[in-house]
This record gives sequence, C-alpha cells and structure tokens, in this order.
Amino acid sequence: MAKIITVTSGKGGVGKTTTTAAIGAALARTGDKVVVVDFDVGLRNLDLIMGAERRVVYDFVNVIQGDARLPQALIKDKRLDSLFLLPASQTRDKDALTEEGVDRVIGLLAQHFDWVICDSPAGIERGATLAMRHAEIAIVVTNPEVSSVRDSDRIVGILDAKTLKAERGETVDKRLLLTRYDPVRAARGDMLKTEDVLEILSLPLLGIVPESADVLKASNMGVPVSIHEPNSAPARAYQDAALRLKGENIAMELPRQRGGLFSKLLRRAA
Amino acid sequence: MTLWKRLFSSGSAPQARERLQILLSHERQVLGGDDLLSRLREDILAVVAKHVPCGQDNVKVRLERGTPMSILEIEVEVRGDIDLAISRAA
Repeated sequence: MAKIITVTSGKGGVGKTTTTAAIGAALARTGDKVVVVDFDVGLRNLDLIMGAERRVVYDFVNVIQGDARLPQALIKDKRLDSLFLLPASQTRDKDALTEEGVDRVIGLLAQHFDWVICDSPAGIERGATLAMRHAEIAIVVTNPEVSSVRDSDRIVGILDAKTLKAERGETVDKRLLLTRYDPVRAARGDMLKTEDVLEILSLPLLGIVPESADVLKASNMGVPVSIHEPNSAPARAYQDAALRLKGENIAMELPRQRGGLFSKLLRRAA
Repeated sequence: MTLWKRLFSSGSAPQARERLQILLSHERQVLGGDDLLSRLREDILAVVAKHVPCGQDNVKVRLERGTPMSILEIEVEVRGDIDLAISRAA
C-alpha cells in the first residue's frame, strides 16, 4: 500500500511543483514506484517541469469522467522506469474534480505504487482541499519570507481540519520544507533563519533547499532538479529530504554549492 | 546606509519574525471556521455565559503546537469584579 504525500503551501510560487517533481524523482531513483499527481486543474504545470508536456493524451479529469482508463492517462518518465505522472486537465471547469472521483483514482494508485505524491494548487479552495484529502504526510513548502510563512500557518490549520485523517480524529504528519533559503542573507539578519521559521510554525523540518540557479536550469530543461545535476546543492537537498521520508536518519545540513572558482582552479592544478 | 548603521543594525529579519508572531497568534484564534479551536471556543463560551455575562470576543483559545507537548491556553475575560455568590445563584 502506498504512502500518500501532499505537497502544499497556500501561497503560490514557493516551489510546490518543483518539490513534487524533485522528491518524486529522488524517491524513484532509489527504486521505489512513484506516481506524481497534478491537482492544479486549469493551470497544470507538473507535466512541463517533468518534461512530459508533449506526451499528455489523457488526464486526471478524463479518468474521473470515465473517458479514459487510469493506465491510459499515466505517463511513464523517460529517465526513470519507476516514475509516473498523472497530469491535470486544462479545462476551465473548476468542479471537474469530484470527491468521489478523487477517492477512486487515489485508491487505485495506492494499490500499485509505493508513493503517491499530490501536487496541490495554490490557495485554499476546492483543488487544494481535494489534493490534501488523502494525505498521510503533508510537505509544507515555505520560503523564509513573511507572506509565505503566514500562508503556511493557515494551511497547517486546514490540514488539521479538512483531511480524511482529521475527520477520523487522527493528524496528518506535517513536515516543513524550507525552500529558496539563502544562508548568507540569513546570517546577515536580512532573511528569516531556519530556527525562526521552525519556531513560528512548530513543524518538524524535512529539509532546507538553498536558493540556487540550478532550479531554473532544471525547469528550463524539463528535468526534475534532483536528477538534473545530481551533485548540485538543491539536488542533494531534495535527495536527503526523500531519504528522510523513507525513514532514514540524515543529518540536517545545508548543502553548499560545490565547485566555486577557487576549487575549480585547484582541481585544474591537481 | 551609513557605516555606523551597517555595523550596528541587526537586519530586517527580527522585524519579520516579530510581526509574524503577533499576526499569527491573532489569526490562529480568529480564522479556521470549523476547526478544533473555534469549536472549543464556542463550547467554552456557551458554558461560561450560562453563569457570568461574557461576550464572543472575551474568550481566547490559543494552541501552541509542539512536540512532544502542545499547550492549550484558554483565557476568559469577564467585565468587572465577579460576585461569586450572585454568579452562583444566576
């Protein structure tokens, strides 16, 4: 039976889709069977970040409405055999996703995969609450910035109220993923520190992803950042986060950008 | 920025932190609608209001989430000095 993860944040643009693709690919790289599911009906983008935009034939809504079977809509990743994508539809009908439809599809996916990762749309409307409905683990993606922290706090409240787990009187396992973190600015006092965000939100930390040009490079190429340049700082941060999800005890350190000018010169001299 | 300011200012992050702490402690009370805290607040208000005059805004329920323990803080403001004998009879 699969573990169901929802990647959420409330605020848009903080890195939910990047995180879904990166964690999905990092887990698949360890050999696990992973499906990433785009819940952003009308504004799908996970297909683009995964580099599968030209291979979308059927989508989540087609499956719910019975126009396609689930295996027809699943897109297998070109690089990793055990990674699949269920794309969202581009329909403008926001009610195309129904509770019953989502329950059925997630139930089917959970039988065949080790991990089902739901990429939530921004906001706190229907799409977001449907994406978190089945979550056992919620990755709350947060930037060290006031509006993102505020929205994350709001989302935590909703995770405690509107999920199936909450309805059963249980709690969703919520983990904080701090993204776009700049240790130099934090040390200078111009950016909230990891400890500040942790203290304010009181969530266990899943990982810290440093601000890095590699994230944009990977999305330009349509490759999850965790496998694009596997040794880059954000790639290692996502790989570590994936291993922590698998229960491994990985020390929390901020991956640093390797290969500055100085070390390049040294390597060349050696 | 002058050299003096540059050397002695502690940056803008402490302000962000303080503003967030104040804002969120307020929002956690007010928002949420049908979550645990609002339900608790309504139930507590109903019980207290049976015995002493107490308004919607006088009951504050705060939850500080943490591991291994969370703290549930309940504060009820009552106007003036409560006369215990009268309150009991009411």
